[in-house]
Order: sequence, then C-alpha cells, then structure tokens
Amino acid sequence: MRIEVDAVAGTLESSDALVRVSPAEELRIEVTSTVEAQFGAEIRRTVAEQLDRLGVTEGLISVQDKGALDFVIRARVQGAVLRGAQARPDWRKL
Amino acid sequence: MKAKKSPAERPSRSMLFVPGSNAAWLSTVQVYGADYVMFDLEDSVSVREKDTARLLVHEALKSPVWAGVPVVVRVNAINTPFFRDDLEAVVSAGVAIVRLPMVTDAQMIRHLDAELGVLEGKYGSVPGTTRILAAVESASGVVNAVAIATASPRMMGIALAAYDYAMDMHTTHDAAADESQLFFARCAILHAARVAKIHCYDVIYADVNDTEGFLREVAVIKKLGFDGKSLVNPRQIEPLHNAFAPTPEEVERAHRVVAAAAEAEKVGMGVVALDGKMIDAPIIAAAHRTIRLAQVSGVQVAGGVR
Repeated sequence: MRIEVDAVAGTLESSDALVRVSPAEELRIEVTSTVEAQFGAEIRRTVAEQLDRLGVTEGLISVQDKGALDFVIRARVQGAVLRGAQARPDWRKL
Repeated sequence: MKAKKSPAERPSRSMLFVPGSNAAWLSTVQVYGADYVMFDLEDSVSVREKDTARLLVHEALKSPVWAGVPVVVRVNAINTPFFRDDLEAVVSAGVAIVRLPMVTDAQMIRHLDAELGVLEGKYGSVPGTTRILAAVESASGVVNAVAIATASPRMMGIALAAYDYAMDMHTTHDAAADESQLFFARCAILHAARVAKIHCYDVIYADVNDTEGFLREVAVIKKLGFDGKSLVNPRQIEPLHNAFAPTPEEVERAHRVVAAAAEAEKVGMGVVALDGKMIDAPIIAAAHRTIRLAQVSGVQVAGGVR
C-alpha cells in the first residue's frame, strides 16, 4: 500500500494516539509518547508490525501517543494509512 | 471457527452505550461491570469518522481487552451507505451481537440475517452464531414488533428507542415528565419479546445527573417486565442493578418454592402447596429467575445461595 496524500487519524486525547502519514521516498517512523520510558520500544514494534501488515514500504509515519493501548495504536495506524493511500480496508489482513 | 457463548445464559439488565470513536472508553469501560457493552458506530460517530471508528471497533473486538466479553455493536441503519461496511468490519472481528437501529419490519431482520450468513462464511465464524438485537424507533416498528422479534433464530433481543419514536408519533420524549406516551410501545415490544422468548430492553435515560428520575423510570419498566435498559453512562449501572436485585425475602421465598417443587417431584406429585398457596410451573420458573438474578446481583440470604 502506498501513501499518496497527507492524512491523519486519531486524537490527542488521553488513551488515544494521533497518527499522521505523508508520501516519502523511504519509510520513516517517528514516535513520541507520554509513556515513552516504559512503552516506547513496544509502540515502535506495534507501529512497524502494522505497517508491514498493510504493506507500507515508504512514507513518513508520525505517531503522537497519549498512552493508547496496543489495539488503539494499530487502528490509528490503519486509519491514517488507508486514508493516505485512499484505499478500503481488507478486513482479513488488518 | 470461533465459538460464542449464548447470550441467554447471561444476566441482561444493563446495556452500556460506548461511542465507537472513543479510544479511552473502548480501553477502560469493561471494568464497570455492565451486563453488555455496546460499541456504537451510528449516532455517536460523526460522518467523517465512520471509517476510523470502524477500524477502532474492529481492533477492540479482536483485542485481549475484550476477550470473553460478549460485545454488542450498533451498526448504521440498513438504508445508509455505512451499513454494509459496518457489518463487514464487525463480523470479520467475531462480534457476538449486532444491534440494528431503525427496524421497521421483519424484512429488515431477514436481510440482516442473510448478510450475516454470507459474512460468517467469508470470515470463518460458525454459521448462525452472530446474534441480532433489533431496535425499534418508529410507529411501524412498534406495530410490527412480533414479526420483527420472531423473524430470525438469531434474534436475542428487542429494544425501544424513544426519541425517534416520539417524533414519529408527533410528540416529544421527556422522560422526567411523564412516561404515558411510551406505554403502548413498551407493552408492544415486551409482548413481542415474550412471544419470541428473547430479551427486552428499555430506552436510555439521557439525564445522567437525574438519579431520582432514572430510578423512577427503572421501577416502571421493571414492573412491566423488562429485562433491562440501555444506558449512556457507567454511573447508571449500579443503581440499575440494585433496582433489579430481588429482596432477601423474595430470594428466600424462591428457594422455598424450588425446594417444595423438588419435594413434590420426588413423591410424584404434579402440583404442590406452599403456605396454603398452590405452586405451579410458571411460579417455579419465576422462582428460578429470581434465584439467578439474586446470584448475579450478589444478594445473600440466610443459609446462603443454594
């Protein structure tokens, strides 16, 4: 899946995450989190794994995490990527 | 193949509404102990967040946070462009119960039933295990309640929604003022639920701060025979459950009824008297319901829960 346009999903409310995607030549992931010290590595792993499942190999992915659970981060990455790729979800592969 | 626990085995006093777009609520609301939690994709989600709410609800359903909890999801109405996508998002995540709003006739339930069958096949759920809760919000829905309630073996319940119904009836819904304008609708869906042997849920009480009005309404619907009520705030769960809990006297009496019936069974008698009153099958069934409700409500009686 290819990021064609700038897109956003999520919010900056507590327990949520705001994910922004932009078209780019290479894949770059930026994560900031209110729980960076404890969960920074885990959040990065979740984001990378989700991008892999969606087949995203290039683009700028920026995640502002406000203490979101794993499933919320996955859903917000999916939302931003699908919007950026102007694509519909494949419910089997999410 | 995913197996699902039958909703009939569970208490069903409270059905707590949670906006499907609200990450914080979807992450925490299971701790409040509602009998059912309903993720909403309909009215509480704005049109431009329908896509992300669908993804959030899909992931929540698959998450360990909600494992073992029979979640209800309210999809958008059949005649909206969101319905089919909503359904696919939740069935693919193994949802237990789909709440369909704006149900006006049995044909809508048969349509949903068929769609669920197709999606269960596509996503490897056991065919027929996704249950349906129909929400009736119009004069047509109320008048067709029996046909709706009996339209599919998937039906687990029927619920009334007051605001659209009141508008359709050329009146307004003001729960704090008077319940008479809902009386016919409540009785109609209740009869339909009892004919179909499914659950029956009353309307939401929107004013979270008006506990007195809420409890007044709960007393009315409990007396009518409703199983429970849709709720908009976790603060309404405990008062509702307390109001539905049988009194220790009722529980004690229920145990005596069951014991007397068991004794009669042992000696081969069909009917039996307790304290000079005849006990028959409906009374025994009611006693078992009281005991089950006491168990889920945590009501203690002398001698303990048997």
